[in-house]
Amino acid sequence: MTEVEFLIWVRGPGFQIASVIFVAGLLLRLFEILMMGRKANLAEAKGSEMKSGLRTILSRSLHTSPTRSSAFSQTAGYIFHIGLFVTILLFAPHIMVFHDIFGVKWPSLSTTVIDAVTVVTIITMFAVLAHRLHNPVIRFLSKPHDYLAWFVTILPLITGYLAFHRVGMTAPSLIAIHILSVELLLVVFPFTKLTHAFTLFLSRWYNGAISGYRGVES
Amino acid sequence: MSASLEKGINALKQQIDAPIATFFSSCVHCGMCAEACLFYTETGDPKYTPINKVEPLRIIWKQEYTLLGRLGKLFGIGETVTDEMLTEWESLVYDSCTMCGRCSMICPVGNDIAYMVRKTREGMAAAGHAPDGLIGASKRAITIGSPMGVKLPALQAQIGHVEKDTGMKIPVDVEGAEYMCLLSSMEIMNFPEYIGAIAKIFDHAGVSWTISSEAFEATNSGIQIGVSEIAAELIQRVVDAAEKLKVKAVISPECGHAYMAIRWEGPNLIGRPYSFKVFHILEVLDQLREQGRLKTRGMEKARLTYHDPCQIARRGGVLEQPRNLINMIAENFVEMPDAGKMNWCCGAGGGVSTNERADEIRLKVFQRKKDQLDEVHAEGLVSACSNCRIYIEEGLEEYHMDIPVLSLTETLAEHLVDK
Repeated sequence: MTEVEFLIWVRGPGFQIASVIFVAGLLLRLFEILMMGRKANLAEAKGSEMKSGLRTILSRSLHTSPTRSSAFSQTAGYIFHIGLFVTILLFAPHIMVFHDIFGVKWPSLSTTVIDAVTVVTIITMFAVLAHRLHNPVIRFLSKPHDYLAWFVTILPLITGYLAFHRVGMTAPSLIAIHILSVELLLVVFPFTKLTHAFTLFLSRWYNGAISGYRGVES
Repeated sequence: MSASLEKGINALKQQIDAPIATFFSSCVHCGMCAEACLFYTETGDPKYTPINKVEPLRIIWKQEYTLLGRLGKLFGIGETVTDEMLTEWESLVYDSCTMCGRCSMICPVGNDIAYMVRKTREGMAAAGHAPDGLIGASKRAITIGSPMGVKLPALQAQIGHVEKDTGMKIPVDVEGAEYMCLLSSMEIMNFPEYIGAIAKIFDHAGVSWTISSEAFEATNSGIQIGVSEIAAELIQRVVDAAEKLKVKAVISPECGHAYMAIRWEGPNLIGRPYSFKVFHILEVLDQLREQGRLKTRGMEKARLTYHDPCQIARRGGVLEQPRNLINMIAENFVEMPDAGKMNWCCGAGGGVSTNERADEIRLKVFQRKKDQLDEVHAEGLVSACSNCRIYIEEGLEEYHMDIPVLSLTETLAEHLVDK
């Protein structure tokens, strides 16, 4: 297989297989959750479940914690999450891919900005890893899949950065490797904690609903 | 697998619902819940991280209700829950968690960890891994009617004393009264002044009320140990008495988990809504205040602060009422840092105080409450849970602090104008 053939496979069948696993895996996980159901609450409500649930979906993205350890997690968390959104969604070539798949497009940011954001995000993610290894609580909680999730998330950032700057290899190989790393992320995604990107809307809603039912904003 | 372990695992399986599955799917192991838990902040030991306390439940969820977990189980790989594990987790689930729910308020992905611990306890108890203190209390609650073994004659004797002291008649088994008041054993034995206080307040406000001789106990060991059958049986007794006396509402006393049990878990435990309303005593007092039926005189001069009992405030929704009431009778009321829905637990709730094995850690983590009190230089602490009250008093003594701990209901009663 030549490097061009490799690129064609990665962009074509490879991407399709990974996308199917990603979508089917996520649907399966959501089905596994929702099929468990929840018993109706027979106690007389003090407040609205829906309103409080929706409120908590938003408020948990904004909350602050007074301790230093959490302050790092929160700040770093904001930076790398925003960095991921920006690099994935606002880079012109990515928007073209989304346009091919979904038929919609939106404005992009300049490559200089994307490049800077990528560097900041990569550095932040290494800091997050260092924090995970250094902080006694987070290290204690960490399991192999936590490191796997970190690895498959940072890999597309690094391969994307290398591809953009044409480091080490020819362009087709670099782009193929970048796409392959995204495919690895897509395949791993539904079966690790990365699902939180979707399930946190549900869990925050339940949290807010449980609390709101009792008349407390959570 | 031992029979008891199998029972425990089945109980855990039955506890898993959509919220639990979502919570475990969302956890990113960020560790922020540790900072919300006084058992972690005061010991620095990572094993007390709240989400770690529900590991048995997580393993069962993964093994039974996820594709990868089931595949793992099929091939005999992946984590399993063993008796050894549950033995290790017993002290995490019962001794070092009061189900105060502070962690549930800060989790960035929204996990209600207190909800998860409550469910984990169902499995622990079924597997025979509940602490002896709670087993004893639950047995006494079922057979005697009170976790502390308080029988009707003991209540009658205390009522006799209160009637003598106050010159008021304490109504017992009065059919058609508006309110039926429940009491905690701790109030009956340690703070009978509470009975005198509500008698005085209700007489002052012209409220008809009664105590039931058949169901006067408000506490519910079943929800602390995590045995829904016991919890339901204890709730049913109250429901039967309230329906027999045809009262409009039942009043939960100054006790945190009693309110959780009767107000929020009760109808779900017995499987039907009540035909009466349930209030915490502070809700009733605040309604009377709003209606202008409480006339007070004089103000407390000392710097008073209020300790929010977790199950009444954060987990119960009674937050403004105590403040409204205290402001009627105290001119130097100060709020502790984190007061209200983020208040720190006294360290003794959720069955911890009933579990002697937890005494040492309970007193250690009281440091959190001490720090909170030190920060505002409180000269008096008002609360609305007799369990908080007793164990805060014990903590204050342990830490050589001289701060009186007061009941809000009793303090309010002392300030009523004579009719």
